[in-house]
Amino acid sequence: MGYIITGMALKNLFSKPVTKRYPHEPIVYTERTRGHVYNDMEKCIICSICEKACPAGALGVDKEARTWTIDRFSCVQCGACVRSCPPKAQSLIMKPEYAPVATKMTSEVFTKPEDSLED
Amino acid sequence: MAERTVIPFGPHHPVLPEPIHLDLVIEDEKVVEAIPQIGFIHRGLEKLVEKRDYKSYVYITERICGICAFGHSLGYSETIEALMEIEVPPRALGLRVVWHELSRVHSHLLWLGLLADAFGFENLFMQCWRLRERVLDIFERTTGGRVILSACNVGGVNHDIADDELKGIVEVLEGMMREYKVLCKTFLKDKSVASRLRGVGILTKEEAEGFGVVGPFARASGIAEDIRMFGYGGYGFLESFEPVVSDECDGYGRCKVRADEVFQSINIIKEIVQKMPSGEVMIKVKGSPAAGSRAVMRFEQPRGECFYYAKGNGTKFLERFRIRTPTFMNVAGMAHTLQGCDLADVPLNILTIDPCISCAER
Ligand code: SF4
Ligand code: SF4
Repeated sequence: MGYIITGMALKNLFSKPVTKRYPHEPIVYTERTRGHVYNDMEKCIICSICEKACPAGALGVDKEARTWTIDRFSCVQCGACVRSCPPKAQSLIMKPEYAPVATKMTSEVFTKPEDSLED
Repeated sequence: MAERTVIPFGPHHPVLPEPIHLDLVIEDEKVVEAIPQIGFIHRGLEKLVEKRDYKSYVYITERICGICAFGHSLGYSETIEALMEIEVPPRALGLRVVWHELSRVHSHLLWLGLLADAFGFENLFMQCWRLRERVLDIFERTTGGRVILSACNVGGVNHDIADDELKGIVEVLEGMMREYKVLCKTFLKDKSVASRLRGVGILTKEEAEGFGVVGPFARASGIAEDIRMFGYGGYGFLESFEPVVSDECDGYGRCKVRADEVFQSINIIKEIVQKMPSGEVMIKVKGSPAAGSRAVMRFEQPRGECFYYAKGNGTKFLERFRIRTPTFMNVAGMAHTLQGCDLADVPLNILTIDPCISCAER
């Protein structure tokens, strides 16, 4: 029985490592990988449906100030907001990317630009 | 008579990252009695139904346990669907089975790896986890998450898997099966592995029935009980289902049942993929559970039978929600198997029931 494991060990000696040499080798994300949530404010209609759908209470939508706020520390990256965003807006995306380490607990605020007010 | 000593085991112990405490009453090197104590990571998730509406709560059930995350979201969704009498599209049911069985494959491979690690067979541990990684890759490709899938929701599933991709999954699994067969041989035939597992932690069929143990722990004691054989959800599509049973009643039996269940799960996925119905995967759910409506649901997690109960009150929040997880049922049986075993076998013995304390404490 020891032969099986010995055989595997020998094979491993002459094959490529199974693990990736991260960070020297970049990670390839799949199309569906969930990452940080971003809002394309051009398209957002400030309807606050996403705020109600978020199970973690990470989102804040202010209709007066035309802002969309996300508390990155609360977000659990479930994607409920992305799925709830109405079809005519579809402004949310989840971008899997390397984010720098957070050192402060802050919320990220996205503001709707003035020129798209008439929507 | 030798003097009795009490040795505390856990809540932090190298063999198990999860907190369970045991008071081991020792006489010489033998355990006379083991008194378990849990409650170190109680999170009060059942109470949270009063704060999160029934649609958001599925994201909380997923976080009950990291390894059977999909199983919990499936159980919760099917309970609420029974509560609200929602008809789920058949394709969603099929996809749920695919993900659920993939979770079982990865859970059992994880456990086999941990078992190998517990008796000091590091190489085998690495090989098991290397194979497991492919299942996680499938998860990431099809749902976007490797551990917490967020794939299942009340009314169906959030993502569809294209038919080509389903065939791709089967191909990956077939490749895995060939490599896994070799590993399996080591687990089931190797002398050094058998010497650590055979005759350790015996739980006879009568005792297993008495303690009400579930899952592979029960099946290794000769009880042919697996909720999948009642054909809940998408399991109704299967031609037939036979639980994997062994009557060795010891650690080796538990290893054998889990090792064989990996093959069984892969075969279930193959069959379901062939029979996968087409159509929608999600329907719109409107309204709330009616006041006074109740539903129960039993389903098979990788660790055994899981029981869900929900009661509605006419609002979008549930009145009462209860989960009974497999480890909760198995702790008493485990404490019994420890009686009379060597102190050195205690960690291994605890591991053979595949304990998931986070599940048990919710
Ligand atoms: S991904 Fe989930 S937790 Fe994060 S903001 Fe969206 S809904 Fe909230
Ligand atoms: S992100 Fe989408 S759901 Fe949220 S406020 Fe904007 S349009 Fe509405």
